[in-house]
Amino acid sequence: MPNMSAIVHPQQRHFNPYAENGGTILAIAGADFTVIAGDTRQSEGYSIQTRYAPKVFRLTDRAVLAVNGFAADGNMFVKKVKQRLEWYKHAHAKDMPLRAIARLIQTMLYAQRFFPYYVYNILGGIEEDGSGAVYSFDPVGSYEREACRAAGAAQSLVQPFLDNQIYFKNQTAAPGRSHPSHLPLPDVLSIVVDSFTSATERHIEVGDGLEIYIVLAKGRSLQGVEGLHGLRELSTQEDGERVFVLQRDLKKD
Amino acid sequence: MGMPPTPYTPDPRRSQAWIPFNTRSEQPIVTGTSVLALTYKDGIMLAGDNLASYGSLACSAPRLSVTIPSYTIFGASGNMSDFQYLQHDLDNLIIQEEVTAQDGHQLGPKQIHKYLSQVFYARRSKMDSLWKSVLGGGFKDGKRFLLFVDLLSVTYTVLTLATCYGVYIAQPLLRKAFEGSEVRKIKEDWLHVLFYRDPRSTNQYQITTISAAGPTISPSLKLETEWSFAESIRGYGPQTQ
Repeated sequence: MPNMSAIVHPQQRHFNPYAENGGTILAIAGADFTVIAGDTRQSEGYSIQTRYAPKVFRLTDRAVLAVNGFAADGNMFVKKVKQRLEWYKHAHAKDMPLRAIARLIQTMLYAQRFFPYYVYNILGGIEEDGSGAVYSFDPVGSYEREACRAAGAAQSLVQPFLDNQIYFKNQTAAPGRSHPSHLPLPDVLSIVVDSFTSATERHIEVGDGLEIYIVLAKGRSLQGVEGLHGLRELSTQEDGERVFVLQRDLKKD
Repeated sequence: MGMPPTPYTPDPRRSQAWIPFNTRSEQPIVTGTSVLALTYKDGIMLAGDNLASYGSLACSAPRLSVTIPSYTIFGASGNMSDFQYLQHDLDNLIIQEEVTAQDGHQLGPKQIHKYLSQVFYARRSKMDSLWKSVLGGGFKDGKRFLLFVDLLSVTYTVLTLATCYGVYIAQPLLRKAFEGSEVRKIKEDWLHVLFYRDPRSTNQYQITTISAAGPTISPSLKLETEWSFAESIRGYGPQTQ
């Protein structure tokens, strides 16, 4: 019997090509609008790297993409998606429809199946039929269309809250009445802000700033966004879908 | 019509799809410690000491670099050889841009930041990272810009920056003092604190700045330190009582 303790096993210190940069994103679809939001803190471990690193990006006038996870992969992924959308625009002289962007993202993610982008994506915008839509993805491209989704560090805090407030889970309607199938924009905005202020209280990787993107269906009135403090419009056309962004402060501690 | 422009030939080591395991760096060898950076009224200031450590063996080497044509200064902590490789790479890039292209466009700090992040991302994706963090600053067209890239290609821009030990020791002081005006004094204070606490640091340092007037780099400077308080400290060193 050889002395087992004398056998030296080869050891290798492995380089880890991934990091986790915190933060949280969420999106909620309405009947004729979609809201996509993310906080702006970027951290590694207990250190805050920066208080302003955007995680939500306008892709077209009707599509907004939020990315969360490993920041370097996220930035590279958004860059590549934007590139593909530009090529599409040059080839077809129109913006890619939302459902097609969703399928494109799944293909791009699955292409990296064996060295994945360590990124959770949420795509929000307006479908060709004018309805608000949210698509959520896992890092290797599995995706589905939903009414709302939270992802990232505080997913486990925010998603149950959304299940309750958006899907009315564990809520019983008043006798003779039913739950609305879609909430109006002001209600959705206050749910988004409340989700992030609460996540900021309870999760150390969430905070600093909040960026809320609002996409409105073609021809929808500005009801619900008019008069919002600090609203900025990002859309390129006035007669199509319209994109707005709102910035809010979150606690910095 | 003159000669057609020579195409930029990338470093063959970088363009190689597969790199054998035995040539990848699994860990940094000769390392530099903290570099500090901040934004001030007129531009960006960077500071770092002049020490390269091979474990506990010390040698002197500059860790700050000034790339004049692209309005950018940068400093690095981590593997020193990767820093020198990067200096070389940026020099080549700038020669390519300034001499070969001659298209009237100049790379600015933002372009250098993007370029660095792409180089770092490509290397980490080959599991052959440039084992270091770079922070740099630039001043072009009246705008200040402070940049950060690390071995995983995690990038960001922010008003105050530090690497290594500096993240824990200097960055909090820095964020606190940031509203103040005596920038150089602040820098020297951090370098003091870092030198007292970080065994892989030295009291010789350099400061580089970039502003509308262009980049400057100081000669090697020396921190005056006071060690008499160490006499009364017990329990950490080789004292017998």
